[in-house]
Amino acid sequence: MYKKLAKSIREYKRDTLLSPFFVTLEVIMECLIPFVISNLVNNIKDGAGMNLVLKDGLILVMMALLSLSFGIIAAVVCSRASTGFAKNLRKDMFYSIQNYSFENIDKFSTPSLVTRLTTDITNVQMAFMMLIRVAVRSPLMLIFAFFMAFKLGGKMAWIFVVVVPILGFGIFGIALKAMPIFRRIFKKYDALNSSVEENVKAIRVVKSFDREEYEKEKFNKASGEVKNDFTSVERLLAWNGPLMQFCLYAVMVFVISFGSYLIMSTHGRELDVGQYSALLTYSFMILSSLMMFSMVFVMLTMSREAVERIVQVIDEKPTLANPENPVMSVDNGSIDFEKVSFKYSAKAKKNALSDIDLHIKSGETIGIIGGTGSSKSTLIQLIPRLYDATEGCVKVGGRDVKDYDIKTLRDAVSVVLQKNTLFSGTIIENLRWGNKEASIEEIKEACRLSCADEFIEQFPDKYETHIEQGGTNVSGGQKQRLCIARAILKKPKILIMDDSTSAVDTKTDAYIRAAMKESLPETTKIIIAQRTSSIENADKIIVLDNGRINAIGTHNELIESNAIYKEIYISQNKQEKD
Amino acid sequence: MADNKKNIDEVQKEAMKGPRGRGKGGVIKKGTAKRVIKMVRSFYPVMMPLVIFLIIFSAVVSSIPAVFTQNVIGLIESNWENGSWEDIKSDVFKYVMILVALYVLSLIAAIVFNQLMAVITQGTLDKMRKKMFGRMQDLPVKFFDTNGHGDIMSYYTNDIDALRQMISQSFPQLLQAGIVVFTVFCIMIYYSLWLTIVVVTGLAIMLFITKKIGGKSSRFFIQQQQQVAKTEAFIEEMMTGQKVIKVFNHEEDAERAFDQINEKLCEVSNNANKNANILGPILNNVGNILYVVVAITGSAMLIAKVPNVSISALPLGISIIVPFLNMTKQFCGNVGQVSNQVNAVVMGLAGCSRIFQLLDEVPEADEGYVTLVNCKEENGNIVETKEKTGMWAWKHPHSADGSITYTKLTGAVTLDDVDFGYNPDKIVLHNITINAKPGQKVAFVGATGAGKTTITNLINRFYDIADGKIRYDGININKIKKGALRTSLGVVLQDTHLFTGSVMDNIRYGKLDASDEECIKAAKLVGADDFITRLPDGYDTMLYNDAANLSQGQRQLLSIARAAVSDPPVMIMDEATSSIDTRTEQIVQRGMDALMKGRTVFVIAHRLSTVKNSDVIIVLDHGKIIERGSHEELINMKGQYYQLYTGAFELE
Repeated sequence: MYKKLAKSIREYKRDTLLSPFFVTLEVIMECLIPFVISNLVNNIKDGAGMNLVLKDGLILVMMALLSLSFGIIAAVVCSRASTGFAKNLRKDMFYSIQNYSFENIDKFSTPSLVTRLTTDITNVQMAFMMLIRVAVRSPLMLIFAFFMAFKLGGKMAWIFVVVVPILGFGIFGIALKAMPIFRRIFKKYDALNSSVEENVKAIRVVKSFDREEYEKEKFNKASGEVKNDFTSVERLLAWNGPLMQFCLYAVMVFVISFGSYLIMSTHGRELDVGQYSALLTYSFMILSSLMMFSMVFVMLTMSREAVERIVQVIDEKPTLANPENPVMSVDNGSIDFEKVSFKYSAKAKKNALSDIDLHIKSGETIGIIGGTGSSKSTLIQLIPRLYDATEGCVKVGGRDVKDYDIKTLRDAVSVVLQKNTLFSGTIIENLRWGNKEASIEEIKEACRLSCADEFIEQFPDKYETHIEQGGTNVSGGQKQRLCIARAILKKPKILIMDDSTSAVDTKTDAYIRAAMKESLPETTKIIIAQRTSSIENADKIIVLDNGRINAIGTHNELIESNAIYKEIYISQNKQEKD
Repeated sequence: MADNKKNIDEVQKEAMKGPRGRGKGGVIKKGTAKRVIKMVRSFYPVMMPLVIFLIIFSAVVSSIPAVFTQNVIGLIESNWENGSWEDIKSDVFKYVMILVALYVLSLIAAIVFNQLMAVITQGTLDKMRKKMFGRMQDLPVKFFDTNGHGDIMSYYTNDIDALRQMISQSFPQLLQAGIVVFTVFCIMIYYSLWLTIVVVTGLAIMLFITKKIGGKSSRFFIQQQQQVAKTEAFIEEMMTGQKVIKVFNHEEDAERAFDQINEKLCEVSNNANKNANILGPILNNVGNILYVVVAITGSAMLIAKVPNVSISALPLGISIIVPFLNMTKQFCGNVGQVSNQVNAVVMGLAGCSRIFQLLDEVPEADEGYVTLVNCKEENGNIVETKEKTGMWAWKHPHSADGSITYTKLTGAVTLDDVDFGYNPDKIVLHNITINAKPGQKVAFVGATGAGKTTITNLINRFYDIADGKIRYDGININKIKKGALRTSLGVVLQDTHLFTGSVMDNIRYGKLDASDEECIKAAKLVGADDFITRLPDGYDTMLYNDAANLSQGQRQLLSIARAAVSDPPVMIMDEATSSIDTRTEQIVQRGMDALMKGRTVFVIAHRLSTVKNSDVIIVLDHGKIIERGSHEELINMKGQYYQLYTGAFELE
């Protein structure tokens, strides 16, 4: 898993390796400095004179400057490596998602993909930074300081052999015990926050039913529970500090009493005063680096879940691939479904589509109607190969859709999706999604066909009007007409509109259909609709029920012979007739 | 909902101009730090002073051992060449004993402090959350309309987190480090003024560097935050439109746009992290260099026999220089710690500042005093009862003579010449007069922004009118307690919102003391029982995430059942069926019809077929009533309604 992640380091490999290298140098310097300082202290004490003091001082300043340079370099390369790594990782994820098929997209929900690309990446970036800096620094510091302590203090250093395991046992024990509890609480905490979100969204409901006090009580209870859990786990963690202090104090007391004895009894042969204070410095270094290491350990373990989620996205294999020798052009807009069945996943029990046999000639207008869940949208999504048929074969222009270059096919088959989106940017920018090189005349023509021109012209900035994210500043009907214009601009061989005029009034709806019939005679037009009036004039109407074709025919034929169609027609026209 | 969207957008734009500073790194209001401390003290009047005492105590205690260590060293120094262990043994042990005593005290202080801190931190967060939520529930709907949901959520996540960081770490560390710095400073002056000057000068340089780099780094951190927000917005937009991207073969363009924004984020966050990272080594090594400077100055002064100036009046000697060196280290270390906390404190205060902003929001005012009570009729008079009678009355105390009158709840709603604007200077409803008799069905028809939803928002007082009167059973609704008013009005909205919990819980939301039987009866009434019983666990089926596992039609049926169980005399149906397909609508419509029977109903509907059978249809245009009458009357009038009906106009 981590290996896969490491692939994203790429051009930051050098920085990633340099960071621990310079951290090592920095640590060595830091560990040598107390040693020189102990010399300096001894020299001052011995009244060694200015020369020796100056010499030691100079060495020390040099070492400090070296340590400073190493430290700065390490900081710079570490920051570059970790932010660069995060950048590459984000890029890899984003690119990987761009290659997803609809099936892949369905597998992850949108908010989950957003979290993975944002919060998870940030967590991994932090963990990575820790890994190449602190995670190198603290154990090295521990080892070097240990080594120096032995070199300087000799026998005295054995105290660390006793104390370090005690502290290590203590803090890792606490960490291991606390971690699973933390994980559990974080879930609870998330649930608390999502209940707040639920409340904010539904505030009109809350206020309408006068449930403010009830909601407060509910929240207070949940918040109190979170508090209790957090308090108990934090109280557990709160033993870390005192434990560390205890060990430090134990070392100090030992060094002071036993050290004094050693100096006195050997008259400074085994240990001198300078070494004695250096020992105290090293003891602090050893214990605090141990503490640091346990923190790193916790952080890294906590980031594991984020890593897993990221790798899932990168690892996801697109379920659709281009054929080896793709056909690069689509001849015409004819469509054939031959014994097509489809289910959304191999595990699904029920087919979404079964036994679809359908033949549509180029240039025809086709209407599709049926209740919710009758798989209307599913049917048309097979045409531009947004999904692959599970059984049977879908043909466009007389060829299996799987033979085409996917891009070529999708350029020829334009779909106005039911759940459509506009992007932040001007109207022109949005429309040019259909065709990057579209001239302003072409754009205006497309808008005329989709009846979007009338309202665009009324905006003060006309075609330069800024659309906000999600198209929230235009009405539903306006949005739909812009989406149709965008699809028309592709000059497709097949144009599919999936319930794309539901928010448009009937008159405009009729006008759009008429305009398309007139101006796009060569294009095969498929219209999914709720209203029978939207498809009345189609060459063929397909009635879908439960994923099967219930009937195919013209409006007049179906109204005579098809029960479903008749029911829909009557329910919609009852009020208008009586 | 869509109806007042535009107006709300305007309110929102207005609000954006205000001082709200989210995303700009935060503006810290003056006095925030003081207020945080005051707040915590009010939560923990005993524990907080105790904690502060403990911090001071352990800070002082931890600076003293150096003195005793030094005493021992001094002792050894003067004896090690000639003396023996036996000579100084008792003195050394005396000092060690004092040390041990100090350590034990400090350890106890540390344990108590850490345990208390865990309790205080989590307790404060909990109390703060509750305060925020409590205040939020009392805020007017306007607050929710004008603040993005993400922004509101941020109070509970980011800002609370900043608060936690500050209480549990920044404040105690600052205090502790500050005290250590002060104590050490005092000891230093005690020993030698000259050397103290050297250290303080060095410290000034250190602070200067910290400010330079730290300031730069906090600027970069703010930039980073902004860029993160931008990147998140971009990612969110792209992920939401991912299927559209695929359909238009737009993958490569999306990748290019993403690369640009991603590169920028990398650059900005590299700047931020780099500066934060180099602060540590710089502070550390300036400390080392300062150490050398003190050592050399000390030695030079010793050799040159410069007279010492100090409180202790001790001559400058090795026994002063050596402890001084240690103190220099301690001093620098603690100053470094202070500067490390600066960023965290700035961010924490910004978060607290925002929390206080929420707490300072003005809650929805409610001067109403008319309440809703159960009643029964005795000899033609209405008498208040304790028990449930199914009959309700408005209890209206009159302050003038202390008398109480009862008015039977019937559901008559009148609007009399009402004007309203979301902004006082932009009136969106003009001279609205409506008279809905008990049991009547009144429909509103009109284009987006005509003011349909706005009117319903006024009846339940989500917003208050600027001019005119709204009366409920003849009582001015301003005199009615908001809670009573709203429980007497059932609302079904286009956007259904259900809560995490069982189906039964969700229906019961309409009337908290409703029995299971009552809930099931309500569900049966509106035709929801059928699908509910087919759910895996029937009425006990758990709903999560706004009931995403149910279809739109099923969710709407549940929300209608919820309104049914509360059994209000007046109903507001705002586009309740417009996002449902026609076949499902028929089922939902049956439920609605059952519910509407015998109640005063206000209907807003997209499909004219739904409003046709209303007693009165009111056609709105730009906040004015332009036509009113029954369906037939309006058709015969051949006006706007006729044009809408025949499809000449677009309704959204």
